[in-house]
Amino acid sequence: MSVTLSLEVNGKPVSLEVAPRTLLVDLLRDSLRLTGTHIGCDTAQCGACTVHLDGRAVKSCNVLAVQTAGAKVTTIEGIGSDAALHPMQAAFRDHHGLQCGYCTPGMVMSALDLVARHPAPSRDEIREALDGNICRCTGYHNIVTAIEAGAKAMKA
Amino acid sequence: MYEFAYHRATSLENAASLLASADDGRVLAGGQTLVAAMKLRLAAPSDLVDLRGIPELSGVCRDGDTMIIGAMTTHSAVNASDDLKATIPALAELAGGIGDAMVRNQGTIGGSVANNDPAADYPAALLALGATIRTERRTIAADDFFTGMYETALEPGEMIVSIGFPIPKRAAYVKFPNPASRYALVGVFVADGPAGVRVAVTGAGSGVFRATAFESALSGRFAPEALDGLTVDASELSGDMHASAEYRAHLVGVMARRAVGKSTGA
Ligand SMILES: Cc1cc2nc3c(=O)[nH]c(=O)nc-3n(C[C@H](O)[C@H](O)[C@H](O)COP(=O)(O)OP(=O)(O)OC[C@H]3O[C@@H](n4cnc5c(N)ncnc54)[C@H](O)[C@@H]3O)c2cc1C
Ligand code: FES
Ligand code: FES
Repeated sequence: MSVTLSLEVNGKPVSLEVAPRTLLVDLLRDSLRLTGTHIGCDTAQCGACTVHLDGRAVKSCNVLAVQTAGAKVTTIEGIGSDAALHPMQAAFRDHHGLQCGYCTPGMVMSALDLVARHPAPSRDEIREALDGNICRCTGYHNIVTAIEAGAKAMKA
Repeated sequence: MYEFAYHRATSLENAASLLASADDGRVLAGGQTLVAAMKLRLAAPSDLVDLRGIPELSGVCRDGDTMIIGAMTTHSAVNASDDLKATIPALAELAGGIGDAMVRNQGTIGGSVANNDPAADYPAALLALGATIRTERRTIAADDFFTGMYETALEPGEMIVSIGFPIPKRAAYVKFPNPASRYALVGVFVADGPAGVRVAVTGAGSGVFRATAFESALSGRFAPEALDGLTVDASELSGDMHASAEYRAHLVGVMARRAVGKSTGA
């Protein structure tokens, strides 16, 4: 039993048939082929699936696609391109804020939510904002440095 | 997750009739608990009635000496509310310590209170501040609302509309978070308000409860030292892989003293 779902993804209107039990992350990855959003734990713990729902970071593995009807969803694909990285993405590259890269899309989306509300976050505020994002590689130090630099670059 | 039918309610009346006509209907708020439970097949409702499309359920407002928070107000919105920071800062701060940023952006006060997780933060605030839960049918005092582990006084199909918090003279919440889940291993909310001094404890037992011996001591003298030598009975607390009952009992005293100190600025 499927329903028609209309929403905006990365600035473009999308309308499709979905089963109500479809998770937002599966809609994005399987139906829309936006595979930049990752599934790490599938239990709302790791933050790899973080996207923006009406401008706020949420875990897309813990949201039903139908909950986003009429809303604006932004994924990592919606913030920059291979040719022109978003300043926050560029900061992660420049400051070695990733190793395997699995957590990175979620880290970047969480960072952007933080910077939207705190344009110049302290290192402590950055660490607190990353409470819901787990990285198994970096030890977080360079992620914090990257977000600090990314926030500065976004103001420039 | 099992199949279910999804409905987006347009008004409270519409939500009530959708719930009434469903086999086993459940209200959907942020889904931070319910969607997770459905994925694990711990919950399998026939119908979900989403309250997200009812704008009057969200927001914070003041009515005389009471702050009223709509059921669908997210933890982030409570945390960011200037009106709450000015009247009950302890409540705004509590909301900012729930889970993580993404959970706070999606989870709601109504969902948390209806769920009554024994380690949730809000129930301690409701009990200590002497809050009133308003549903589409009646109002319920916090003292009568939390009836047991994941149990509340809500009847089938009954919806929380808003929660009213009398503004206290002073209040503070201190929790010892479980380092993995960030739920309260033990959390203590202390309030000195219109109903006198009230101390509510979450995380320690099968549900939120008042530490009445602490309340009497603090009514005599509202200072951390008033609690010296006082403990709660460990035999009534929970022990698990995260903390023994004795350790939880100890933490209740420590968190309570810190909360009193914090609310007096000491
Ligand atoms: C990773 C993670 C960490 C968390 N950490 C914490 C924490 O530290 N502290 C804490 O307190 N909580 C924590 N939570 C829980 C979180 O606060 C949830 O948001 C909350 O418990 C449920 O709110 P919701 O809006 O998501 O409700 P939902 O999941 O949508 O609903 C929960 C239940 O309440 C019912 N319900 C919802 N709204 C109403 C209403 N208006 N009237 C009647 N019934 C209703 C639903 O039918 C369902 O049974 C955490 C959750 C996650 C995923
Ligand atoms: S995949 Fe969603 S939080 Fe881990
Ligand atoms: S870079 Fe590998 S998980 Fe973060």
